[in-house]
Amino acid sequence: MSTNTDKPATLLGWVDARFPLMSLWNDHLAKYYAPKNFNFWYYFGALSLVVFVIQVLTGIFLVMNYKPDAASAFGSVEYIMRDVEWGWLIRYLHSTGASAFFIVIYLHMTRALLYGSYKQPRELVWILGMCLYLALMAEAFMGYLLPWGQMSFWGAQVIISLFGAIPVIGGTLAEWIRGDYVVSDITLNRFFSLHVIALPFAIAGLVFLHIIALHEVGSNNPDGVDIKKKKDENGKPLDGIAFHPYYTVKDLVGLTVFLMLFSAVVFFGPEMGGYFLEANNFIPANPMSTPQHIAPVWYFTPYYSILRANTINFLWIDAKVWGVVFMGLGVLSFFFLPWLDRSPVRSIRYRGGLYKTALTVFIICFLILGYLGVQPPTETKTLVAQVCTVIYFLFFLLMPIYTKLDKTKPVPERVTM
Amino acid sequence: MRSLLATILLAAFTQFAVASEGGLKLQNANVNLSDQASLQRGAKMFVNYCVSCHSAQYMRYNRVAADLGIPEDVMKANLMFTTDKVGEPMLIAMRPDDGQAWFGVTPPDLSVVARSRGADWLYSYLNGFYLDPKRVSGVNNLYFPNGSYRALSAPYSKARRRTTGRRLKSLRNSRRSVRGPYRKLTTSAPRETSSAFWSTSASRPNWCVTRWVLK
Repeated sequence: MSTNTDKPATLLGWVDARFPLMSLWNDHLAKYYAPKNFNFWYYFGALSLVVFVIQVLTGIFLVMNYKPDAASAFGSVEYIMRDVEWGWLIRYLHSTGASAFFIVIYLHMTRALLYGSYKQPRELVWILGMCLYLALMAEAFMGYLLPWGQMSFWGAQVIISLFGAIPVIGGTLAEWIRGDYVVSDITLNRFFSLHVIALPFAIAGLVFLHIIALHEVGSNNPDGVDIKKKKDENGKPLDGIAFHPYYTVKDLVGLTVFLMLFSAVVFFGPEMGGYFLEANNFIPANPMSTPQHIAPVWYFTPYYSILRANTINFLWIDAKVWGVVFMGLGVLSFFFLPWLDRSPVRSIRYRGGLYKTALTVFIICFLILGYLGVQPPTETKTLVAQVCTVIYFLFFLLMPIYTKLDKTKPVPERVTM
Repeated sequence: MRSLLATILLAAFTQFAVASEGGLKLQNANVNLSDQASLQRGAKMFVNYCVSCHSAQYMRYNRVAADLGIPEDVMKANLMFTTDKVGEPMLIAMRPDDGQAWFGVTPPDLSVVARSRGADWLYSYLNGFYLDPKRVSGVNNLYFPNGSYRALSAPYSKARRRTTGRRLKSLRNSRRSVRGPYRKLTTSAPRETSSAFWSTSASRPNWCVTRWVLK
């Protein structure tokens, strides 16, 4: 032990001589300096991590009692609800957690749009985050099949059949995904496998990369000011405070409020009026009977609206194919934000009216599309969805122009509180 | 009526009122989960009339007993008519394909029907039967037009109650709670339908089915 004279003879010292425990702790918590002006919008990163942990923990216990078998899946969920000790709580935590995950992720993404968090040098943070969003969508979609209710079945049937719209390879691809000609026991088994093993691993890995990338470039802030430019004599940013204890404590406050709202839903309204748990999903899956109105769960409805808004056969290509193309582009457009945004400033605080208007209109359109996605289509509603779809894509397509033309305000040297 | 619904409701908490397939506005079920006597009467109705054709395969007898404050021996003596043990789920003896042949459709399991249909729909549905000579079964439903249901109308109709007066004597309380919304409904229904309804005798074919089912 004479070689380790600089380490104290404690358990921590023993570990630290063999594993970079203290340096990890310091790099990512105790000496990770985050801007001191974080506001409300900065809760949702930590909260999404908490929701992920809730989903994994409740998922472990659900898998102990769930049966991934078309003949017994529906019954096993009811068995969890009635016969498993605290099973109803575990199940409602998981089902509410799925919606909560999307709520915090959408707010987390809104934060990035408000304060330009995707802009240089955080492009990779943003891209990894968007990959997380895609993985989360896949995770949610596959998880929704597992209760094997009518909406599980027909939702999966509709979404997988979208792949069938792809020219030439479509039909084969859809069959390959299902493993059958229709959604069946085989589909249920593979979705179960992907839902509990593959995608959670992918999400955990991406979360790790997302955080490592973030800690390399440092967190953005509501002013969009680079805090690393002004440092004190010790190399600590003047406008930075240590993540631990300052932000861990602050996030605990946010977490408390979040858990209050979350518990209120879990205990008093886990169905959320049919938005978190759909009424039709309490009917066992029946391939012989199609529900009158098939709507995806609320978090997919903006894209579902875009899909349905495409009603015109154009360039000899079927409207359905265009719907699939635009739905895909609707999600993928976000990936290009760092390069579409030509503004010299990051934060909305110093942007001009053009960007403020564009972002406001975009968010309103996104919400309207989400609302229309749960409604049965009518002529008027389809027209509104079409208008909103056009505005949705114009937000991205015209971004290089309006962000360049926008009259920005001077950004301060230091952060403001 | 209310109590019956409340029983099959149990876990259901929030339900949004939706228009029925008949296009009528649904009646308000006004479920009171803390009215235990009402819930117990509902359980009695449910096991007496429904569980002959409809299973509640995810609900166990002793779960009902525990949730509704019924001692297990009372449950066994009064609410269980088969050789089932008290810890077993509420199953039926009828085979699904027999149900299909006899009723045109296999009577669905009712364990979670209050969650898929909603309490108001169930309440309206149970109140919505009227006599319809155009139908083979002799009955139709305002809220579920031309459905294949034959048996359920009987226990809740005036005529049925008259024929089985003694049997249903103990259910008078729940009957009283039915009368209000029921009368309202029949006055809004076509006049001939409602009068035919009142004057009906137990000789209608659907009542035979019902009697057989309930034997």
